[in-house]
Amino acid sequence: MTGRRGGRDARPTLQRAGAALLALIAVAALAAPVLAPHEPGEVFRDHAFAPPMPPRVVDAEGRWRGPFVYPVRLVNRLEQRYEEDRSRPLPLAFFSRGRLVRLPDESQGPWLPLGGDGSGRDLLTRLLFGARTSLGVAAVAALGAILIGLVLGGVAGYAGGGVDETLMRFSEFVLVMTAVFVVLALRSALPLLRPPATVFLLMSAIFALVGWPWVARAVRGVIASERTRDYSVAALSLGATHTRLLVVHLLPACRRLLAAQAVLLVPAFVLAEATLSYLGLGFPDTTASWGSMLQDASDPNVLLRCPWTLAPAGGIALVTLAVNLFLEAEPRPPR
Amino acid sequence: MSRYIARRLLFAALLVAVSSSAALVLTRLAPGDFASGLIGTSGGFEAVARERERLGLDRPIAVQYVEWLRGAVRLDLGTSLLYRRPVTELLGQRLANTAILAVAALLLATLAGLPAGVFTGSRQRGVLPGVVRLLSLVFLSLPPLVTSLVLVLLAARTGWFPLGGMQSSSSEIGGALSWLTDLGHHLVLPALALALPLAATLERLQSQAMADAVSQPFTLAALARGVPRSRVVWRHALRASLTPVVSVYGYVIGGLLSGSLIVEVVTAWPGLGRLMYEAIRARDLYLVAGCAAAGSLFLAAGSLASDLALAWTDPRVGRA
Repeated sequence: MTGRRGGRDARPTLQRAGAALLALIAVAALAAPVLAPHEPGEVFRDHAFAPPMPPRVVDAEGRWRGPFVYPVRLVNRLEQRYEEDRSRPLPLAFFSRGRLVRLPDESQGPWLPLGGDGSGRDLLTRLLFGARTSLGVAAVAALGAILIGLVLGGVAGYAGGGVDETLMRFSEFVLVMTAVFVVLALRSALPLLRPPATVFLLMSAIFALVGWPWVARAVRGVIASERTRDYSVAALSLGATHTRLLVVHLLPACRRLLAAQAVLLVPAFVLAEATLSYLGLGFPDTTASWGSMLQDASDPNVLLRCPWTLAPAGGIALVTLAVNLFLEAEPRPPR
Repeated sequence: MSRYIARRLLFAALLVAVSSSAALVLTRLAPGDFASGLIGTSGGFEAVARERERLGLDRPIAVQYVEWLRGAVRLDLGTSLLYRRPVTELLGQRLANTAILAVAALLLATLAGLPAGVFTGSRQRGVLPGVVRLLSLVFLSLPPLVTSLVLVLLAARTGWFPLGGMQSSSSEIGGALSWLTDLGHHLVLPALALALPLAATLERLQSQAMADAVSQPFTLAALARGVPRSRVVWRHALRASLTPVVSVYGYVIGGLLSGSLIVEVVTAWPGLGRLMYEAIRARDLYLVAGCAAAGSLFLAAGSLASDLALAWTDPRVGRA
């Protein structure tokens, strides 16, 4: 970066903020059963598209009190109009019954911090559990893409010549095919209604098959330049086999690059999951994922009346933002 | 240069052939077909079989493929089962719609992203460059799926723009001018949804390239000769810093096509992406293959154009 002249460098701060945000999202996903006030499949029939119920500390008369919420009541089922009941503040309980925070008295209706979805399920709970699904698919797919890319890129960079040419042409071919078209075609060629675990694996596999060329091309570049360095020649002349040289000496040179690639692939795959599920080709509505949740928002009327159905879009943006911040200081691999 | 173009054309032809064939075969191999989707489970097994025979879907896959291929070399991509019209006829209209959207988004993104990148790249410190940089970091994190949904929400709230579609039903009446303004009115939302993240990408790239260019000796030399700073930045450094941005346009066009699929679905823009989506849902295999062919053609044209632009900004490229 020759362009950075003097002064304080803002990059490490940004990078740290990105790392912290990523860690926060990961913790939220992992701790979903503790953080979420409900079960992801729990349906509250009188709370379809219910508005968010933010926790408060100041009540309607302006007095301070412990954290509480006002219950919402359905006033018109046809128009799905809700009303906040300001006369009855309900206190929240912390660390009770295995949850971080919940409403102990749910006789007045459930506590839906971010509101309800189209079936009356808790949006916050589904957002947290959806993070597990969406980030899980993305992480597994990124791992798969890296494995394929590492092997093919390593072989291409090491072997050179015809093998290199063939593998790189092939990867170029996969790269230029529009990813979404390929993913759509592959996904629709496979059975649609499957158990969630199967859908999870199918999607991860498809994403890995589309995503590997980026990794392979980057790995190939590093290997091709590293193998002419003195230490490689020295290892070979000391009797190391080609496999040993490649696996023990050359592949570790790609570590930093691979870390950056993995982080970069995650938001792309999160978005791919969301796109597929939004289009109805991914997870079914019964499995909470950010894409399947966004289906509620596909109707402009719903979107207008219940903007909180966009919460999963916020999740996607947050993951992407964290990664962009994190990679600000990284040498960005060409995409 | 002509040899280079010939090689690119060959690659493009291969891409079109392979992707459309793969799309056809994949759709054919997929469980369920157009007939079973059309009639569903209520019509009974025999009705499905009859429909399948009528549409010629009961033949072996190899026969079907060879027949399609024979037509395809004569630019006849078969008849859409869903629309009952020739696939090529459908594709022409839809491809044009997607091209309108993509070109508008590309223009918007370039007009906003490039100058912003030059601005932030040539000034390291200050409040305004910091604000622009922050904005572009935010927009970089909003994929078209998110921007299009948020923009639909905004449009629904304010009523400034139509929520979807490409044309109002009344626009035919008022003549060419009102037709055009109506189209533009409908275009704003999807084009903006595509352009915002793209503008941010271009801004970041151009900013980096610009920062590299202004730290080169030639800019210092120009400044020392007394050339005004703005002229150094916008003339000398800009030309030298364009290569990285122009070289990503090939990828950008691929990204535009991917992004426009979801934007077209969200905002009901009748483009290629939505046609592909409909075709896949209905298992209309000829239409799927046709869309894949048109998509690859679009990509190949885009990357060829970006290569030619690259040769223009960096004269070393074409001669290599």
